[in-house]
Amino acid sequence: MIKLLVIAIGRVLRGLGTRMIERVWRLGAGARLFFLTIFYSGESFRRFHLVMREIYFTGVMSLLIIIVSAFFVGMVLALQGYNTLQKYGSSEAIGVLVALSLVRELGPVVTALLFAGRAGTAITAEIGLMKTTEQLSAMEMMAVSPIARVVAPRFWAGVISMPILASLFSMVGILGGYLVAVPLIGVDQGAFWSQMQANVDFRLDIVDGLIKSLVFGVACTMIALFEGFDAPPTAEGVSRATTRTVVISSLTVLGLDFVLTSFMLAV
Amino acid sequence: MDRTTIDLWVGVFVALGVAALLGLAMKVGNLTSANLGPTYSVSAAFENVGSLKPNAPVKSAGVVVGRVDSINFDGLKFEAIVKINIDQRYKFPKDTFANIYTAGLLGEQYIGLEAGGDEDTLKNGDRIAKTQDAIVLEKMISQFLFSKASETKADNAEPIPASTAKLSDKKTAGKTLELGDPGF
Repeated sequence: MIKLLVIAIGRVLRGLGTRMIERVWRLGAGARLFFLTIFYSGESFRRFHLVMREIYFTGVMSLLIIIVSAFFVGMVLALQGYNTLQKYGSSEAIGVLVALSLVRELGPVVTALLFAGRAGTAITAEIGLMKTTEQLSAMEMMAVSPIARVVAPRFWAGVISMPILASLFSMVGILGGYLVAVPLIGVDQGAFWSQMQANVDFRLDIVDGLIKSLVFGVACTMIALFEGFDAPPTAEGVSRATTRTVVISSLTVLGLDFVLTSFMLAV
Repeated sequence: MDRTTIDLWVGVFVALGVAALLGLAMKVGNLTSANLGPTYSVSAAFENVGSLKPNAPVKSAGVVVGRVDSINFDGLKFEAIVKINIDQRYKFPKDTFANIYTAGLLGEQYIGLEAGGDEDTLKNGDRIAKTQDAIVLEKMISQFLFSKASETKADNAEPIPASTAKLSDKKTAGKTLELGDPGF
């Protein structure tokens, strides 16, 4: 009886250990891929049109979803903010509320979440399928490093696109908030902009938001690339890797956001 | 897709991003309005700085002319030493008054500079001698109450002793009655 119990506990512990070792192994493999990507970046910069192509697919093609969702997020923020602020008789502060929440938090975070869904999945599926159809092996046979040819351009495209998309998100969101607050609700437009300018600091708010989006860009793109590179070469493997990209990217973005915010507010 | 088309679209994309960032910096942020040039530093001692914070604005005639650099406590004189940076374009007389004001009813606190008449101007490292502390609400209320109380005392200088006299009369009368009760 006791022997059976010991064996059962041992099995559970062994399963836990296997999973832990696998996680750490994946983390190590991801870090290795990251450093290899940095190492091979020079080659991809020398053929910059590869990066341009990827910026087109990850950045330009994400414009529509980013702009439309930013517009609605800004409008909703203004409506909700007005509803609460007018109870305290300070509905002019609505510009500050919309601008600060967009520039500091929602711009970088929502952009990163949308980016993971729109571009991250595409990257994972593409690279996973390249691996499944042995295109990556074929490149290696021709002495072309798949990291230099496939991974590094996508990585830099993601890192370049993300801050651009995030600042567009913030600006369009603020315009959406303006449209609701000023013509629709009737907040004074001078108070809207001047209170915003008095309370949004360039260094502490806008630049910190950009730093956040840059970090999220590195994290999201790297996760998508690694999942694609690591996917089992089957249809099921690629589909699982794509799902994992979205889940892990979203959780990483939200966790990193907490860490970055606590550092930025502590200074 | 054609390489030139891709280049065009990426160019549009980057231009949009730069425009958004410029818009954020100029229209949303304070990059244009609160830009201080080179500054000089002066200090001022206050008995109470209230909730003044570093980086709070220093205003003169309502215009931002500088920022609070640091606030430290002087353990010998038990005062707060506030270091402020003032834009070098603005020269203030040596006998300038530094007051701590509050913007609005619940707003942030800032330092207001009121220029004096001295011909010498403040230089880097100088100390502003004339200061006025932040107003603490509790202190103000207690001052108000004290002054109100002393006013009423002064106004009713005559009647109060009379009424107390009456009161004491009644009391003594009551007492005598009480004392006298058992006797009856």
